[in-house]
Amino acid sequence: MRFGFFVREALRALRRNAAPSFAAVATVLVTVLVLGVFIPVVQATTGAANEIRAKVLVDVYLVPDATQTDIDRVRRIVEDETPGVGRVEFISKQEAIRAERKAGRGDFYELLGSNPLPDLLRVTPERPEAIVEVRDSLAPMSPSGTRTVIDASIDEVQDRKENTDKILSATRVVKLTMGLLAGLLALASLLLVANTIRLSVYARRREVEVMKLVGATDWFIRWPFVIEGVLVGALGGIAAILLLAVVKVSLVDPLAADFALIAAPETMNFGLLVALLLGAAVGVSALGSGLTLRRFLRV
Amino acid sequence: MAATERHIGRRRERAEPAPARQRVVGDPVPGAVVDFRSVSKKYPSGDLGLEDATFAVHPGEFVFLVGSTGSGKSTIMRLLIKEIDPTYGSIAVAGRDLSEITRRKIPYYRRNLGVVFQDFKLLPNRTVHDNVAYALQVTGGSRRDVRQKVPDILRLTGLSTKLHSFPDLLSGGEQQRVSVARAFVNHPPLLLADEPTGNLDPETSVGIMQLLYRINRTGTTVVVATHDKAMVDRMRRRVIEVSRGRIVRDERVGGYTGGESTREFGALWREGLQ
Repeated sequence: MRFGFFVREALRALRRNAAPSFAAVATVLVTVLVLGVFIPVVQATTGAANEIRAKVLVDVYLVPDATQTDIDRVRRIVEDETPGVGRVEFISKQEAIRAERKAGRGDFYELLGSNPLPDLLRVTPERPEAIVEVRDSLAPMSPSGTRTVIDASIDEVQDRKENTDKILSATRVVKLTMGLLAGLLALASLLLVANTIRLSVYARRREVEVMKLVGATDWFIRWPFVIEGVLVGALGGIAAILLLAVVKVSLVDPLAADFALIAAPETMNFGLLVALLLGAAVGVSALGSGLTLRRFLRV
Repeated sequence: MAATERHIGRRRERAEPAPARQRVVGDPVPGAVVDFRSVSKKYPSGDLGLEDATFAVHPGEFVFLVGSTGSGKSTIMRLLIKEIDPTYGSIAVAGRDLSEITRRKIPYYRRNLGVVFQDFKLLPNRTVHDNVAYALQVTGGSRRDVRQKVPDILRLTGLSTKLHSFPDLLSGGEQQRVSVARAFVNHPPLLLADEPTGNLDPETSVGIMQLLYRINRTGTTVVVATHDKAMVDRMRRRVIEVSRGRIVRDERVGGYTGGESTREFGALWREGLQ
């Protein structure tokens, strides 16, 4: 009986304050719509950036006459004693030349008669930024400014410096901007929805005062407002999500086959996104109206 | 006047044993509905709202509280509904010390009071019926309660035909009747009216005063605040006059009988208007 009464009260309030209620629903709708578009975009962009960053590598070339013992030793040094190393891949001379042949450059090597390619340890750092650490510990900078390798069997340590720097700084900027935008947008949505709800509650502050004077307890007054907030959030949220679903099915899905960015594997699945947006819309609306009321309940 | 009699009956049903009295400050007046003992109220702004006020109102009394604007009438009213707390002194309503009521318990306390305001304070989004029903719903009244009591009280206040009108479509007098109906639907032992006729024309005010008197005749204690001194002197009721925060007069004017009919009471009030 109690709950039914509160729901009826909330519905009455929505009906009798049609204009502010509509404004609140519309605000939630627009906000959820924008967030619903933006969140996957941010994720796809970050995913793409991460994919590029994964291409940051250190190549450790061994001297041409390195024996199997040398290889094992260097490999142990790299794997166990070097900080920041993620994955190590050994590419032997034979494998290297096979790869070259496959790439169609075999004729060139035939001409040479022998295999000029060195054995290679391809190191993927555990984080893209750790590449500096890996390089510095395998080939520390000497006081004279040149690099010396730490093991006689290592010929050269290459980190394709220019590429690495470009990739690192470019993706950092992208990730940072996207993160910042996402944060700002979330904050703006929160304030916008909370404020709209606040206004619609504020318009009824005198009513709340009268209720208090008649002897209503705080929660007796608050429940209908909270339920009203839930309804506003749910209505706006559901409408926005329906629109998003229509756009996804009719526009994005057909494109996903052709554009890697849209099909980026790290994009959240649609169900989770829907649940998150709906939860946030309902939560913010209900909390907003419940909290705003506090001020007017002090009679 | 069948409706009135039913209300008397309901009030008796509701009568509960009074909570144990505590004699702390001064001498409480036994059996009083309202008991002010050396009550002072100083507002944070420094204004003195009330100074050393002591008086008691007994069950079934009809009391006028008079004084010009800013004299302290409203302070007394606001103290009684515990909208504000006194700076000194103690207030007891129906034997209950108001200072012992915590903030959370205030709503429950207010349900034992009926309050009528000068500006009606109706809920604009509800019909007449729903406004009155809200006072019942607040106390957890069932739908059956609402169906039984609301039409009854609206008949008593003469609003049966306006059941489904919204307050802004009613005249001032009708709105005040709704406000009285809402205040009385729970059959409180004490009814407070703060300038109930302040916003009404003289002829309409007669009707409201008659209504309050009719309620008083059911055994409800009624306290009416007003600034119209000349009027209350004619009414042959108890008059408490406040001026600059002090009680300057507390007496029964004329032969106080309390026995006249509603019609006679209304006639007295109408005379005062001339």
